[in-house]
Order: sequence, then C-alpha cells, then structure tokens
Amino acid sequence: MSAQAAPPAPEQRAPAAAPPVRSVPLGRAVAALLRKELLVELRTLESVPGMSLFAVTTYVVFHFALNRNAVEGDLAAGILWVTLLFAAILGINRLFVTDAEQGGFDGFLLAPVDRTALLLAKATTLLCYLLVLELVAVPAFGALLLGPSLGHALPDLLGVLALGDLGVVAVGTLVSALAVRTRARDLLGALLGLPLLVPVVIGAARASSPLLSYGRHGAPAARWLLTLGLYDLVFGLIVFALFDFLLDD
Amino acid sequence: MAALVLERLARRYGEREALSDISLTLESGRTLVVFGPNGAGKTTLLRVLATLLRPHAGEVHVLGAALPQQAWSLRGQVGLLGHEPMLYRELTARENLRYHAALHGVAAERVELLLDAVGLHGRAREPLRTLSRGMVQRVAVARSVLHDPPLLLLDEPYANLDPAAVELVEPLIGPSSGRTRVVCSHDAHAALAEADVVLGLRGGRAALLRPAADVGADEVTELYR
Repeated sequence: MSAQAAPPAPEQRAPAAAPPVRSVPLGRAVAALLRKELLVELRTLESVPGMSLFAVTTYVVFHFALNRNAVEGDLAAGILWVTLLFAAILGINRLFVTDAEQGGFDGFLLAPVDRTALLLAKATTLLCYLLVLELVAVPAFGALLLGPSLGHALPDLLGVLALGDLGVVAVGTLVSALAVRTRARDLLGALLGLPLLVPVVIGAARASSPLLSYGRHGAPAARWLLTLGLYDLVFGLIVFALFDFLLDD
Repeated sequence: MAALVLERLARRYGEREALSDISLTLESGRTLVVFGPNGAGKTTLLRVLATLLRPHAGEVHVLGAALPQQAWSLRGQVGLLGHEPMLYRELTARENLRYHAALHGVAAERVELLLDAVGLHGRAREPLRTLSRGMVQRVAVARSVLHDPPLLLLDEPYANLDPAAVELVEPLIGPSSGRTRVVCSHDAHAALAEADVVLGLRGGRAALLRPAADVGADEVTELYR
C-alpha cells in the first residue's frame, strides 16, 4: 500500500534544504575517539592486561617445555614474535567490541566526522596496546628465555619491533573491523589475522635473529627491514582504502 | 516545506522485506508518529531516515538530502534516540556527552546545560553502569539533542522514564521542542495527542497513514491484532 497523509501541492514537495553542518576537523575527532578508547580500556582493563599476561605465561611455558634455560638466534626470534603475535590477536579481537555492543558505531556514524578518524583512532589504540605489551613481554622474554644479553640487542630490536607493530596494527585494525560484525568474531579475527600476519612474523623474526644470537651484535639484515616496511606501507594503504566500506550498511 | 519525502521506500534484510512501498510527506516542525507491532519495520524506518541503513528501492529525501547519495550532508542534522543509548557504560554521563560533543563540534558548556536540563548534574561523575535505566535514558535524551538537530528520530523515547522525568525531557524532545519529529510508540493515547501525522505499519507496509486528527485510538489498537 502506498499512501499520502495529505497530497501536497507540487511546491510543497520540494524538501526543505538543511543548513550545512561543518565537518569536525580530523585531528579533533581522532583525539576525542582516542581519549574515549583509552579511558574505556583504563576502566575495564579488558585487553592489555590479558595480552601481557598471555605473553609472559607463554614464555614460562616455553621455558619448561623446551627444557632449556636459554635460547638464542632463530629459535629465540621465533619464540619472541610468535608469542607477541598471539598476544596481539587477543587485543585485535576486542578492538571494536565495545563499540559494537554499546552502539558506538551508530553514535560515530551520525556525527559530521570523516570515517578515517575512527581508523586512525583504532590503529593508534592498537599501537598503544602493543607498546604496553612489549614493555612487559620483551623484558620477561629476556629474563625467562633469552641467552644473550637483551641490553645489547635492544637498540636495534626496537626498530624491528616498531616495523612489526605497524604491520600488526594495519592488518589487525582491518581484520577487527571486518570480524566484529559477524557472530564468530573471536574465531574470525584469528582465522583472518594469523595468515595475513605470517609475512610480518617471518620478516620480524629474520630481522631479529642476528640481534638475539651469541657474539653477533650486528645490525638486522636490511632486506628484512625493507620487506617489513613495504608490507606496512601496502597494508596501510589497503586498510585506508577499505575501511569506509567496512562501516557501511 | 517538507522535511521528509518518501516515495515507495523499500528495505530488505536478505529475502525478508522489512519495509515495502512506503510513501509519505512530513512538513518541517511536524510530528509523525509510527505505530505497529514488534517487527513491523518501525526501527528499520528510523535507521533508514538516520542514514544508518540504505534504502533498497524508492526515493528518500530527508531535510533536502537524497538518500543514500547525499547521506553525508545529513551528518549532524539528525538526533537519534533508539533502543541502544549509544553511550559507553564505563564512562560517566559527562564523559559520554563530552565525547559526543567533540564529535559534533559542540562546546563543552552545552554538556553542562543539558546535564542540568535532564536533572543529572549531581550524578554526572558516576559511571553509566551505576545509573538506573531511567537515568541512562535521560543521558541518551541529552545526547540526542546535544547538537541541536532539526530532525529527531525517537524510538519509544519515554521508555523507562517516570512521569517527572518525562516532564524534564519534554522541552528537549517533545512537541514543544519545535523540531521535526518521527516518533515510534506503542502508547496510542499519549502518542496520538502529540502527533500531526500517523503511520501504522504492519509487516513492513503502511496499513494506516492519515492526519492524526482523523485517527482514533481504536484504529491504532487494531494494528496490533
């Protein structure tokens, strides 16, 4: 059935023009979103403590499972990065959950704000989570498993961690936004995220390996750093291009 | 001038038609009240008008913007008060409103004005999860008018509110607010009293569409049988 309350005259049918609303500057929107994200995490402590605890527990498990007091080289780099990756998945899975459960998406979509603001805020939030995770997990790894001195490796390792983090942030934000609207979001986050992050683990582990070896304190191989950088750039652009569509109906 | 013009609007969820063949016009400053049983399409209609859902057929003009093409120009023009308060439980009422104020480019002073208006200034520093449902609804009302929108989309706006709270929020979202309003309700007597146009939905179709003056409460009740 199609019906009219009162058939309007033709001139009445021209809809009223809405006065324009100025878009909120991107930086201010990102700051507001980021402040909200960090406040919610500080109050709930749902992500970062779980991620950190998982990483430390995993290093303890490795310590006993390998029956070795110390690891180095490829093995050390592999253990470090695989553990960080699995811990990151915990944070990635929860990145958009509060918004999905409490109507945050709708509130954001109704505001005169570029959707990129949400992408930038979420990516920065995930980066903050990873930084805190590494602040806890890397020293724990040095104390529980690593044979060579962590102090010598740290300056170069920080660069590798930064490049690895950017890759995890790019893929993690995309995967989390994709998974949160599905019923199997916890499973989907891991199923989509882990394969996409394999190149990050390979690149970061290979770049870290010489840093975590006895008697080898040279710089990480440039080609692996370049690979990580390229991966970060490509996935950063992909996420930037796709994010708007993920928020659409 | 027309604030809303719908021509044969349709919206589906998969194979199921949530809205079908809805046509109506609503003048600026008027109130359209939407009745209908659960699942009739009321919330879907509000979400289409709010640009949160795309129409799948027909023409939709809201405040002069054609949807979905010009949805962007409606951002900040619509106040939506739905079943979800769109507020974060771990944040206080003030923090929630300041967050939304920042997203809408609204000064923080307006947050304090609205906290006063909904009678929650004294509880503004408490996390939302510690407030009663009625109090959360009052914060949601403040959130929906924070940016002074010309169009209000209200889904059972007085749910969980006691009579005193209804009086408090009436100047903000009631007929005296002067805004164009689309109100979903099940309360025939109260809603008819503030309606200019009545739309009755059943199975996503317009079963009733007339000026409110020509609609009796018994006709509304009939929609639910």
